[in-house]
Amino acid sequence: MSAILSVDHVGVRFGGLVAIADLHLDVAQGEILSLIGPNGAGKTTAFNVMTGFLKPSQGDVRFRGTSLTGLSPHAIARLGLARTFQRTSVFPDDTVFDNVMIGLHGQGAQMARAPLLAALIGRAGAGERQLRARAEALLDWVGLGARAQEKAGALAYGEQRLVGVALALATEPAMLLLDEPVSGMNASETRVFVRLIRQIRERGITILLVEHDMPMVMEVSDRIVVLNYGRLIAEGPPEAIRSDPAVIEAYLGQGSAARRAAAEAQATREAAHA
Amino acid sequence: MDQLIQHLVNTLVLGGTYALLGIGLTLIFGIMNVVNFTHGALYTVGAYLMYLAVAALGLNFFLALPVAILGGLLFGAAIELLLLRPFRGSDIDTTMLVMIGAGIALQSGTLWVFGGVAKAIPSPFPEAPLQLGPVSVSWLRLFVLGAALGLIAVTYVMINRTRLGLAMRAAFQDADTAALMGVNVRLIDTATFALGSSLAAAAGALLGPVYVVFPQMGGLAEVKAFAIVILGGLGNITGAAIGGFILALAEELGAGYVSSGYRDAMGFLIIIAVLLYRPTGLFAKAERVG
Amino acid sequence: MRRLLPLALLASLLVLPLLLQANPYLLNALIITGILTIGAMSLNLLLGFTGQLSLGHIAFFGIGAYVSALTSLGFDVEIGFGHRIVHEPWPPAAGFLLAILAAGACGYLIGRLSFRVRGAYFVIVTISFAEVVRLVALNWVELTQGPLALTGIPAMSVGVPGLGNWTLRTKLQNYYLVLAVGTLCYLLVARLVGSRFGRAMRGLKENESLALSVGINATRTLTIAAVISAAMAGAAGSLYAHYLRIIDPDVFAFSTTVSMVIMVVAGGKGTLMGPVIGGLIFGLLPVALRPVMAPEAQWIVYGIVLIVILFVMPRGIVPGLSALLARRRPAPAPLLKPSPAVQR
Repeated sequence: MSAILSVDHVGVRFGGLVAIADLHLDVAQGEILSLIGPNGAGKTTAFNVMTGFLKPSQGDVRFRGTSLTGLSPHAIARLGLARTFQRTSVFPDDTVFDNVMIGLHGQGAQMARAPLLAALIGRAGAGERQLRARAEALLDWVGLGARAQEKAGALAYGEQRLVGVALALATEPAMLLLDEPVSGMNASETRVFVRLIRQIRERGITILLVEHDMPMVMEVSDRIVVLNYGRLIAEGPPEAIRSDPAVIEAYLGQGSAARRAAAEAQATREAAHA
Repeated sequence: MDQLIQHLVNTLVLGGTYALLGIGLTLIFGIMNVVNFTHGALYTVGAYLMYLAVAALGLNFFLALPVAILGGLLFGAAIELLLLRPFRGSDIDTTMLVMIGAGIALQSGTLWVFGGVAKAIPSPFPEAPLQLGPVSVSWLRLFVLGAALGLIAVTYVMINRTRLGLAMRAAFQDADTAALMGVNVRLIDTATFALGSSLAAAAGALLGPVYVVFPQMGGLAEVKAFAIVILGGLGNITGAAIGGFILALAEELGAGYVSSGYRDAMGFLIIIAVLLYRPTGLFAKAERVG
Repeated sequence: MRRLLPLALLASLLVLPLLLQANPYLLNALIITGILTIGAMSLNLLLGFTGQLSLGHIAFFGIGAYVSALTSLGFDVEIGFGHRIVHEPWPPAAGFLLAILAAGACGYLIGRLSFRVRGAYFVIVTISFAEVVRLVALNWVELTQGPLALTGIPAMSVGVPGLGNWTLRTKLQNYYLVLAVGTLCYLLVARLVGSRFGRAMRGLKENESLALSVGINATRTLTIAAVISAAMAGAAGSLYAHYLRIIDPDVFAFSTTVSMVIMVVAGGKGTLMGPVIGGLIFGLLPVALRPVMAPEAQWIVYGIVLIVILFVMPRGIVPGLSALLARRRPAPAPLLKPSPAVQR
């Protein structure tokens, strides 16, 4: 298997708190890999390290052979590693269309060699037209074409997540990190989103997913990695993870209230998915 | 050598009042997340209250000082209640603009009321300075240092040993959690702003008799207070106290050995150095976020 | 409508002097207002479109004024170790260009320095920078004459090779010069804001993490915005120096920055027309208030007006009125929203 992203013994500590103890994993080119684990297991921290928002206390992340250590988030984005965010996934005061235009930022740079100068003397015309066409196409592709002229901040939660995905795709990534993309979506939105994830993969984009919605994770993933207390405790295909005793212990060992809540959520989800 | 000792003595006197200014500003920033652009104006107000009490009302100098500090406290409470409370929940940029408006109105108000001519505050101390070997320091300046150190100590005790201080520290850590635990955050905000303002007024009331009092005196004081706060780390009270003395030292040495015209530029040089080498301030703890 | 209002305003400003019949007092007020409005437009580029408040904007303005004045006056200063710099007077137009470059360079340094960290730092660095520049103007007497002021600054002159050279001495000429520069600045800001660069600025302002994640370089974008903003303020300062023909360290007064801030916030930060409308209102208000109020009383009023506007119309006059108009009319066209990207 050829790894597109390698996380090499990464550790993250905040003062005395260990967020990630020692994480070592490879993401294969073209796969859909899910990162799961109880709250506080270090999933979002791992995302932040991979995308340059956090500096690891130890270890290194390599993306397509390039070490990401010391690179800033925007530089990592330009290497082709895109991400979405858990909570705020849009530029709220702009239209959906303009959101995607902002997302196409890095693409414009390739078209005009001196973009600022081009903007000032008004020679940006052709490049702008191309960008706008791409923004439209992208919005149609994720199914937001009808929303193009609405303020992104006024959209329903599920649609905002879609805008977030469109923004990430606008950077033409080779790999996409999705941080809890379906939280807050209803069952039918989630189904549509699963289809979208598959379509993204069909475009050759590798996907790393963090998600709490277990049925969705089981359905969409090729492979699953389980974290607990900042450590990798299991990895394998969905069937194996489902019956892995260490995983069950990690999820169920969190006290009866959490267990009951998890079971209820699971039941609701399964009913909805049925 | 003698000259150096003299500069160090001057540093102590100046540093005490600078520390007061810095602590007041950093307290308000740390607890309320407000960049207080009325701080300089309140420094001026403190000086003019001192002038009013001593020169106009003929009050005893030592009685006038607490009156000026109390006046700053009331002014601060009024600003918080009238201007900041209506903007609760606004972002830091909005409250900053509100404070700019209030600051310019206050400064112009003092100019309007008292006129532009500088005023002197008579002090009850003997003209002849205290001579300690080669070093001479006026009795007034010694009093200013003592009073400033006393006020810093009172502030520390208040923050670290009283219920109000405990609530303030809780709000500093996390206002939302503090509110959940029954801390009256609105009251804390008013108290914080009033306390911070009274420290600015105290600094003005102490330095007013040393120099002269004029409506624009607060502008420079404010810029210095910002330098102190950046030096100590935004929101760091001990940092601001030490930062006050460091700025005073830099000013004394800069004025003494480089050029007296650029004394007031030292704060800017300090800001640049801090931003280049220690952006979170000299005394920031590693885990401080934000 | 979006294009109509600026054009209508430009047309009325073009014919306004004819109606005033060259009333020198009003013309003077209009010229100063115009210069401050250019300053407000430059401030808006930072405050409105990137969300960064430059509270020492007057520094860039004053640097522009001094650089332009000294370029056209010439100087002879000792820079230590027995070396002297002697500069023969150059034409004011060269001073104008150097003012833009010098102010822009200062904007670059301040931006590089303070955008290393986010938060209140930029505000504090800019306000202290302005204080230091004022001290230099006050203390470097050999260069700036200190409080004695630089006098005898030549009037701006414009030359077209082959056609001749015009010196703009009258108020009327200066009025049209300021109007021309102001219009150019407006177009520049409009162009920038509607471009890829403008989208990067908006992205950073609305959601910085998300903007970084799509490849926008925050430090670079903010620094460029600071450079352009400072350069524009420098141009305004140059116009000021060659119009008044005397400048002293008082050009660095903090209250002028506050004026610009009020113009931007009241007019509507982050809109193209906001600083223009705000600039006209607050630039001409002193003319209206002069008979009834002392200047310091006016400043009390200004401070209160700023607070009241933040409370009642936090987005400013232009967006506020746009929203009102949009509510009344059936077609809710977002009036004056500075994004040509939306027009299809």
